[in-house]
Amino acid sequence: MDILVIHLFNALLYASVLFLIAGGLSLIYGVMRIVNLAHGNLFALGAFVTASAVGQWFAGSTSAFLYLLLPTGALAAAALGAVLEPTLLRPFYRRPEEYQLLVTFGLLMILEDVLRFVWGPYPLSASTLFEQMGSATVGEFIYPRYNLLVIAIGAFAAVFLWALIYRTKFGVVLRATSQDMRRASALGVNVNLVYIQAFTIGCFMAGLAGAIIVPSQSAVLGMGVDALVLSFIVVVVGGLGSLEGALVGALIVGIVREIGISVFPEIELAVLYLIAAVVLLVRPAGLFGRAT
Amino acid sequence: MSTVPTALAKRSPLKIVAWAVPIAVVLLVLPYLVDPYQSILLAYGLAMAIAVLGFNLLLGYTGLLSFGHSAYFGVGAYAVAFMVKYLHVQSMELFLLGAIVASVLVTALFGYVCVRYTKIFFSILTLALSQVLWSLAFKFFWVTGGTDGLRVPTPKLLGVVTSEGEDKIHFLAHGYYYYVLVVFILCVALMWLIVHSPFGKALQAIRDNETRARFIGIRIRRYRFVAFLVSGVFTGIAGALWVPLNGLTTPDILYWPFSGEIVFMAVLGGFRNFTGPIVGAVVFNYLKTYAVGFTVYWQAFMGVILVVLVMVLPTGLVGTAKLLGAYARRRFAK
Repeated sequence: MDILVIHLFNALLYASVLFLIAGGLSLIYGVMRIVNLAHGNLFALGAFVTASAVGQWFAGSTSAFLYLLLPTGALAAAALGAVLEPTLLRPFYRRPEEYQLLVTFGLLMILEDVLRFVWGPYPLSASTLFEQMGSATVGEFIYPRYNLLVIAIGAFAAVFLWALIYRTKFGVVLRATSQDMRRASALGVNVNLVYIQAFTIGCFMAGLAGAIIVPSQSAVLGMGVDALVLSFIVVVVGGLGSLEGALVGALIVGIVREIGISVFPEIELAVLYLIAAVVLLVRPAGLFGRAT
Repeated sequence: MSTVPTALAKRSPLKIVAWAVPIAVVLLVLPYLVDPYQSILLAYGLAMAIAVLGFNLLLGYTGLLSFGHSAYFGVGAYAVAFMVKYLHVQSMELFLLGAIVASVLVTALFGYVCVRYTKIFFSILTLALSQVLWSLAFKFFWVTGGTDGLRVPTPKLLGVVTSEGEDKIHFLAHGYYYYVLVVFILCVALMWLIVHSPFGKALQAIRDNETRARFIGIRIRRYRFVAFLVSGVFTGIAGALWVPLNGLTTPDILYWPFSGEIVFMAVLGGFRNFTGPIVGAVVFNYLKTYAVGFTVYWQAFMGVILVVLVMVLPTGLVGTAKLLGAYARRRFAK
């Protein structure tokens, strides 16, 4: 019984991180109709920035201060997003999507090397945050408390986003722009501003995912590319452009992966991709997607 | 999405010969003029050109952007590696045959699923399916060698045993170079026939206006499926030709950024032209090789080129050259 709880926690842990990445990707697609292939690199950026803030720049500080440094990675990713959207992506919204995919693929290649240039080829860790929280006991097992914090952050982010999008004026404007950009613009919405905001929030989520995962793992080159394909699975299962879909998709992927790791480790990844393919066959727009 | 390459259709056969013959002659005598390294590099480029030519049947002629062509390239390469490891085959002709059979099977399966979609969903679905193969190659290391990959020794060409004493470099730069060149020319000719056949015209009709194409009686899904099949098999052949050059196949060629490189090559040359993918593949190969030798940050270098390319030269090298040529002709006529 207790082992089931542990497995459930692991699934939720994975789902929290995936929801943040894929939710950001999906939000950006929902508003701007652009699939950002460099999204995984923003996740990696968040991980690297937090790792060096916690593990290098302020390594000797008090632990409370170090926990406050956790969101630095998310802020860095958000700042980069706020710069990238108006400069690099905006000219491409009216162009065919092969060009959109290509320009973000080019961005992926550039950002991958920027990370290598700034932080070098070696993994970076911020494990003090993970170690200081110790472990909780679950029946006869112990479970790291830090992982529970990550699950809590993921859950909080989901609630916060839901409130932001469905319960605030900003959310109304965002949804209006997503549904009909021209009409929203005619009604006085500053579409360019909404685009920057949406892209920044999406990047913030990716960066936050990187920031909260880095104390329990470490920041390595290539983590962005790996994360991107997994979040593709999430958005394909849930529906591209839907936040509810990203949440459900992340939970499905988290649970399947946790089962996969213990039952069929060799084909765990293949099963995830096959689930995505099957969902696309049965429901092309994903479980929560709008048919476009 | 409506600029049909009309200049291509009007071009007389004589003009094509006037272009193609000098290029063919240069390619034929090249191994005797430059050092082996250069002709091996060109052989890599020609093998990739076959892959991108196949890829472009989908992007340029059918209007479907596949982000999973690494799968078919990898199937070709791994088919060869498996034949070496498990069947102890040495003949290059059997390798090609095996790669064709394997890629027909895989593309038929993937194509059946993928051609139901267009636009971004097609791209994501092809990507997801290619990653199934990658994860299998990655995880089943006792079959595929995992990240170590599988070694492929020099093959027998046309049943002739390469003499034991022959230097591998010399073999790749001469015998194997010509082998790749011949397969390349055959593939280019075949693709030329395909895109100028009624079938190819039907694909372009689907690309330009799907509803209208359906109205005049084109069975869209079937045509897309056949295009997918042909496209995948060309890429599979390219993978089979590539693997003896490289001597090794690893899961990297199945990983999705490699699909991105194939798209990059098509756009670099210009996917609206028949020759664009060929030029793009060869140029990309040189660019990447020299960028890798020049700096560890070659990826950023290539990324900047890609971004600038899509911003400034969306029609690619060949498209831009044609525009400049047309401009020069107009100036000249005045």
